[in-house]
Amino acid sequence: MSMSTIFTLLAKGMMISVEIFFFTLLFSLPLGLLVSFGRMSKNFLVRSLVKIYIAVMRGTPLMLQLLVVYFGPFYLFGMKISSGYRFVAVIIAFSINYAAYFAEIYRSGIESISVGQYEAAKILGYNKVQTFFKIIFPQVVKRILPPVTNETITLVKDTSLASVIAMSEMFTIAKQISAKETTIMPLMLAGIFYFIFNYLVAFVMEYIEKKFRYFR
Amino acid sequence: MNLVKISHMKKRFGELEVLSDISLEVKKGEVVSIIGPSGSGKSTLLRCATLLEQMDGGSLSYKGEKVVWEENGKVITASHAETKRISRTFGLVFQNFNLFPHYTVLKNIMDAPVSVDKVPKKEARERAMTLLRQLGLEDKADAYPYQLSGGQQQRVSIARALALQPQVLFFDEPTSALDPELTGEVLKVIKELARQHMTMIIVTHEMKFAKEVSDRIIFMEGGVIVEEGSPDQLFTSQNLRVQEFIGKLES
Ligand SMILES: Nc1ncnc2c1ncn2[C@@H]1O[C@H](COP(=O)(O)OP(=O)(O)OP(=O)(O)O)[C@@H](O)[C@H]1O
Ligand SMILES: [Mg+2]
Repeated sequence: MSMSTIFTLLAKGMMISVEIFFFTLLFSLPLGLLVSFGRMSKNFLVRSLVKIYIAVMRGTPLMLQLLVVYFGPFYLFGMKISSGYRFVAVIIAFSINYAAYFAEIYRSGIESISVGQYEAAKILGYNKVQTFFKIIFPQVVKRILPPVTNETITLVKDTSLASVIAMSEMFTIAKQISAKETTIMPLMLAGIFYFIFNYLVAFVMEYIEKKFRYFR
Repeated sequence: MNLVKISHMKKRFGELEVLSDISLEVKKGEVVSIIGPSGSGKSTLLRCATLLEQMDGGSLSYKGEKVVWEENGKVITASHAETKRISRTFGLVFQNFNLFPHYTVLKNIMDAPVSVDKVPKKEARERAMTLLRQLGLEDKADAYPYQLSGGQQQRVSIARALALQPQVLFFDEPTSALDPELTGEVLKVIKELARQHMTMIIVTHEMKFAKEVSDRIIFMEGGVIVEEGSPDQLFTSQNLRVQEFIGKLES
């Protein structure tokens, strides 16, 4: 295999890793907010179910969750797994897993806002939706940025877990080439890729954190 | 007509009866101060009157319109829409300001009029700037709350309440969270409002201020109104508890 073929293959894998990363964030961030509402619900049943969901998502390996989401339809319902489902399964598994982590981060942020903010909003006549999205949420975002940065950095590295269902992302491809060509070079390149990716993530998150420094 | 009418208001937290039987009527333009020892239920009274807390008995009305009342021993609250409409009558200034930290001073003041009352932005801005000018804070319009002193923050929170043009303003110890040297600037603003005949109900520990600004002073203890009258009447009260309390705070 020529160097340029190796690079082309790795670049393709890289694209898929990046896609997994972005789609996971795109779905898990809003989903996590929804889950956090369920977690804080006044309804006992809703709250308990969501609690169990979060416990399972955080308490079992993401690798196992990937396998369940990918093979589940076949083992449970005898459905035929189409090749296009692989990527969808990865996004589903990652999104519901990360949503659980983000939910707990949102919850800690929301619960840290003083009740006085809600009371002031109520007295001024804001409705519930306005109170949350205009008054509470911007303050929550500022507070949860550091833990969200942590999760995001973990996510970059976790994308490699998709190799367990043979998703042809960066890590899977690097592993394959490495085995075939008996060289560690592709794995090193993969390592460098994850490192640079995370460097960029940290850079962007720091920028966002700075943007939120206008208030205290 | 009474702007505010509270009849036989009761409130308990679990086993603890905080308000036993409070009746209070306030007319337009009146300034009423509420004094009393810690734990006597002053804040609870304001919180029930401003619907932050649900009362357990009695009735509450603004301008003759009932918001909360009792029917066959059950406490009824007016419909959501009615409550919302009637709530526009009053404003509340908190002890610890509760300004919105992510909004500038100007936005803190003009956002509720714009988003809640649908006042055009331009008009809301002018109204806010006028208030800021009156309170001597026009140069702080673009500052964020954390950049202000406590006294300035409390003045902004008063402006924020006034921007919605309430007919009666409640204050819960507006100067208690402030350093002593900053209380003066806030009390001055309230005095000015009194001069303009703003109807106000003020919980305070500042006896001298209460004496100067109030038409009527109420002394609360143990969830009931123990004594009520003009400042002169209160300050010359024969009631030992009142004498003791006032004496303690004045010295
Ligand atoms: N949410 C609550 N839950 C339980 N008890 C409460 C609650 N709010 C107030 N209380 C109790 O009710 C009593 C009256 O409290 P309140 O805050 O009305 O007193 P206050 O007269 O405003 O006192 P202070 O001068 O210290 O502000 C106190 O014993 C207090 O502990
Ligand atoms: Mg109080």
